[in-house]
This record gives sequence, structure tokens and C-alpha cells, in this order.
Amino acid sequence: MTMRCGQALNAALHEIFERDERVYLLGEDLLDPYGGAFKISQGLSTRWPARVLTTPVSEPSIFGVTAGLALRGYRPILEIMFGDFIALGLDQVVNGIAKFRAMFDDRVTVPLVVRTPMGARRGYGPTHSQSLEKLLVGVPGITVVTPSECHDLGAMLTEAVADDEPVFFVENKVMYGRPNRRPEEGRVGELACHEREGRYPALTFSGNGFGPAEATIVTYGGMLPVALDAATELILEHEVFTEVVALGRILPLDLEPVLESLGRTGSLVTLEEGTLTGGVGAELAARVQAEAWSDLHGPVRRVATRDGIVPSARSLEDEALPGVEDVVAAVTALERVGG
Amino acid sequence: MGRQEQAETAPARAGSDERALYERMALIRRFEETLLELFAAGELHGTTHTCIGQEADAVGVIACLDPDRDVVVSNHRCHGHYLAFTDDVDGLLREVMGRVGGVCGGKGGSQHLFAGNFYSNGVLGSTVPLAAGMALAEREKQSDAVVTVFVGDGTLGQGVVYESLNIASLWRLPLLVVVEHNGYAQSTPSVLQLAGDVEARARAFGVATSRHDTTDVLRVRSAAREAVEHVRSTGTPYFLVLDTYRFSPHSKGDDFRDPEEIAARRLRDPLTVAAGLVGDEERDEIAEAVERRVADAVQEALAAPVATTVAAAQ
Repeated sequence: MTMRCGQALNAALHEIFERDERVYLLGEDLLDPYGGAFKISQGLSTRWPARVLTTPVSEPSIFGVTAGLALRGYRPILEIMFGDFIALGLDQVVNGIAKFRAMFDDRVTVPLVVRTPMGARRGYGPTHSQSLEKLLVGVPGITVVTPSECHDLGAMLTEAVADDEPVFFVENKVMYGRPNRRPEEGRVGELACHEREGRYPALTFSGNGFGPAEATIVTYGGMLPVALDAATELILEHEVFTEVVALGRILPLDLEPVLESLGRTGSLVTLEEGTLTGGVGAELAARVQAEAWSDLHGPVRRVATRDGIVPSARSLEDEALPGVEDVVAAVTALERVGG
Repeated sequence: MGRQEQAETAPARAGSDERALYERMALIRRFEETLLELFAAGELHGTTHTCIGQEADAVGVIACLDPDRDVVVSNHRCHGHYLAFTDDVDGLLREVMGRVGGVCGGKGGSQHLFAGNFYSNGVLGSTVPLAAGMALAEREKQSDAVVTVFVGDGTLGQGVVYESLNIASLWRLPLLVVVEHNGYAQSTPSVLQLAGDVEARARAFGVATSRHDTTDVLRVRSAAREAVEHVRSTGTPYFLVLDTYRFSPHSKGDDFRDPEEIAARRLRDPLTVAAGLVGDEERDEIAEAVERRVADAVQEALAAPVATTVAAAQ
């Protein structure tokens, strides 16, 4: 039976707590029966009351407290209720967590995990719907992991806790309620799926068994279902085959799976839920043109949330966010595809 | 590096006797003066924040701590704390000078130090939650350690300090917050940046507190001893406010204070106040020994290669 993504994360947390007593959880509203605003931490405080610390509403402080625990031998997990609230803790991230190891001459590690949900489509409005991971991508010294609903969520979270680097584990609020659709016999539904090796592997999808294709759509996290729906629509409505790469890690940027797919397709569309300017797509485009200029048949196209706020009303939210039709339009507009 | 050799010839660790307290303060003073001289001579790159005038705080408080067990978290003005806690003149000097043998390989520089149980960082206030988290770790390990974080009155402008006092009190963390209240946040006098009562800020969170207007290292030590004992025996935080004064500029040459004000405070120079702890002859001996130790360290540091990642990789 397929678990929902939220359940998979919760089950993994229970296993992680059982295995390693150095793991602590800090965050707001964690205690049962509430179990965290999105219920991902449910049951932990009942089983391990001493290791689950529900905190005051004090993000600037709890980022630092978590770092202090990590510097002194623990493996803390910090749950930040909404990804938007990382802004409150950024001093600790930028001027501490990301720097300690390097500025203390590689003699300390800061093995902490910050779990936080990003993303919109819940109608929470401008300050509770953002995808701010691009802010983290500009901070050398941290790792940003971006699981999607087709990733092995439990394994990735376990790896993140075992990682000696500070890890931001970027979840997605819509994903929590969707099934964790793992590849079976190399397929997810109608699509072939290749899972790479590594702690935070990329997944590559193909509608024709990795045969000839016209474009690579690279995305991550909560945007994967949009990319896969677009890939399906492109086959059915436009007879265009694409590959979809779902990155498991965006910092350090995992370029290899993108280059590999691009070697087969020659065109790149990036898709992210963050706003366009200065986004992950921009970094991908810059690196890809430097690494694989001769593979590219034309300019890289970026699909992202419109620069501006994520409005509250569903109709307005839909206008701002990238949807299947935007991805289809970006692919069909590629010169090679006949745009 | 010859650190071992130094340990034998260096003064005994502060706290063992009153002479050691004086000696340690004299060492810190000479070290900081030397840094300013090196800057003036163009031998130093970057910046530094010296603690000239505040030596009694570092030495008096750290005399009550056990470097093998207790943890110190310091700030931009960290040299005195570092030297009192580690006695590592060479490692600090080379760090500030960007030479091989610097305690953080030249990467941290003056305000980002790590050695053993000592940590410092340069953004004001950020160190308080960090120290609270370390105190939580030590509580959970049942190590009986006290985590001491040094801040200044300028840092009291940061909201994260109060969030962290709240957490330290709520969770009963073995945290000692030492406020070195030197009356200035960089160039801004306290009257322009602090409202109300400093101690009341801690009391509001149920944190024990006391305030001492003194540059007498013995009085600082006895106040700190009480504070440390409180933290160790109750496992709850303490907020120790020490009124002090810095004679040196905030960093290198940025001093616009009234020279008369500084001159008046010089009458309470902690080294003058503590002069009676040693005899006249002993005082000269100490001055000479400290002078020699720092001067030798400078010569060796100047002769040492500059820090490079290439050297580290070889």
C-alpha cells in the first residue's frame, strides 16, 4: 500500500528517533495531539518526550539553539512550520550554521536538519505560500535537499540526519497529502523512471523509454507532478517527447543528471515554484551553458512563479503560479519543437 | 609551534592565585596594545576589537570556569576571553596576522575563533541562542558544564537575546550570560540606545541577575563565582552585568569620546586597581615577562609563512 508523503516522513522520523538517541526535534507546536502544524511530527513527543522540544514562537533563537546542539554532539532536527519563516532565522543560517565548519578550519561540524514546507496552492496567501529555497541556494556551506513525491522520502530524510553538513530538507505542503509514488520496475505510472545513486538522487523520467526526445524539463520538489503532467500532455496533444529530471538536491547543484539528459535532448526548460528572478533556473541556465554549450540547440527557457506575491484568492494564485500549460507552452515554443 | 614548551613557562592558569590574575590581565593588555601597534605599523590586515580596560571581566569570570569542562562563547571583542581561557598567544596572534599556525588557519581572523571549548562569532546577539543550545546539549549529557556567553551592552539591542533568555529560563539551561557593560555600542552611548533597567530585562524572564560596577578583578571573580555556582547548582541561567569601560577605540581608530571621560576612567584601570595583588618588584618582572612573550610571538609570527589553502593541502 502506498503511503502518503506526509505519512512516509512521519514514519521515517519515528525510525530515526528509535535508532539514534542523539536526534532531537525542536519546533513550534510539536506536542501530541497536535504533532506539528502539518502533523509530520505526530507521535514523537509521546514516545520520546525528552527529545521533542516544543519551542516558543522564536525562530531567530531556535535556529541558534539547534546549531548549539549540533556543535556539541547532537543531531537535531528543527521543524520550521512554514518555509516563509526561514527568513526569521537567516542570520543564524548565513552567519553561523553555514560558516562554522569552514571558518573554524574544518574542526567542527554542524550536523543539523531544518525541515520545512514550502509552496502554495493551499490559499494561505503571500506570507505562507512562498518557495524561498532560492534564498538558501545563495548560501555556500549548507546542503539543500528537495524531495519530490516520487523520491524515497524516508531514505532521504534518514540520509539528511546522518549527513555531517547542515541540511535544509525542503518539503512541500501539497505533497504531504499525495501518495509517495515510488518507481516500480523502473516505471512511475506510464513513464519510465531512472533513479540515480547517492544520498539525494535525481530521478529522470521518460515517456518513450529514454528514446529520442526534444527537451529536458528540470524541476524539483512539489513541481514534479506539474512537470510529469506536462510531459504526458506533450505526448498526447503534441506528439512531443520530453525527459523530466527531478533534482534531489539543489545545493550543491546536482548538474550531472541534467547534463546527461541534455545530451539526449539538446533543449532545456527549467521549472520551479519560486519566483523567476534569481531563481534555481537561472543558476541551472548559467551552468548548463558553460558546461554543455555545444549540446544546446537554443536558449534555456525558465518557467517559474511570476515575480511578485503569491495572492490568496485561488484564481489569482493560479495566475501567478506556473501550471501545466506554462510548461507545455515553454516546450512547444522551443525552436526545435517548432515554436 | 612550541605550544607545549610555552605551557611550561607560561603563568599558571588564572584562578590558582592572585598573582596569576594580575599576570593574565597584564598579558591581555600587552597583547591588545601590540595588535594596535601592529596595525599602526601596517603589519595587520583587516580589523580588530581590543578589550583594553575590560581585562578584569575576562580574567575574573574565566578564573571561575574549568576549560576542560565548561564552554565559553564570545563575541567580536573576544581576545581577552580567548587568552584567559586558553593561554594561546601564538595561535591567536597568528590567526589575527593570517599566518600559518593561526588557531583557525587564518580563516576566522580576529573575531571568529574556535579552540577546545571556546567559540566566538562576530554578529552581535547571534551567540546567545547558540550558547543556549550548547547549554541544552551539556544538560542532556549531564556533563555538569556551565556555558558562559559574553555580550556587551550594545548587544542588548538584539531581540534574539530576549528570546534566548526566555528559552534558557523555560528549559532550565545551565547558561551564564555575562554583560560587559562598557557604556557604548560602538560609538553610541548607552543613553541613546538602552531604555529602562538592564537587570530588569533578565528578571522579566525569571532569570537570576546581579550587577557590579567594578574593575577590581577580585570583585569580578567573587561575583562570577557566585553566578557560576548558581548555574551549576541549580541548572538555571544567570545574568551577570559588569559595568566596565574600554580605553581603546571600538576597533582601531574610531574613537570620538571625550578624552576627559576616558582619562577619568583610566583612574579605575583594572591593572592599577589590581596592582596591590603583587609586589613592586614582581610587577616589573611580570611586565618584562609579558613583554618578552608577546614580542617573541610577534617575531615568530612575522617569520611564519602566510596562510594559504595550498600550504594546507601539501
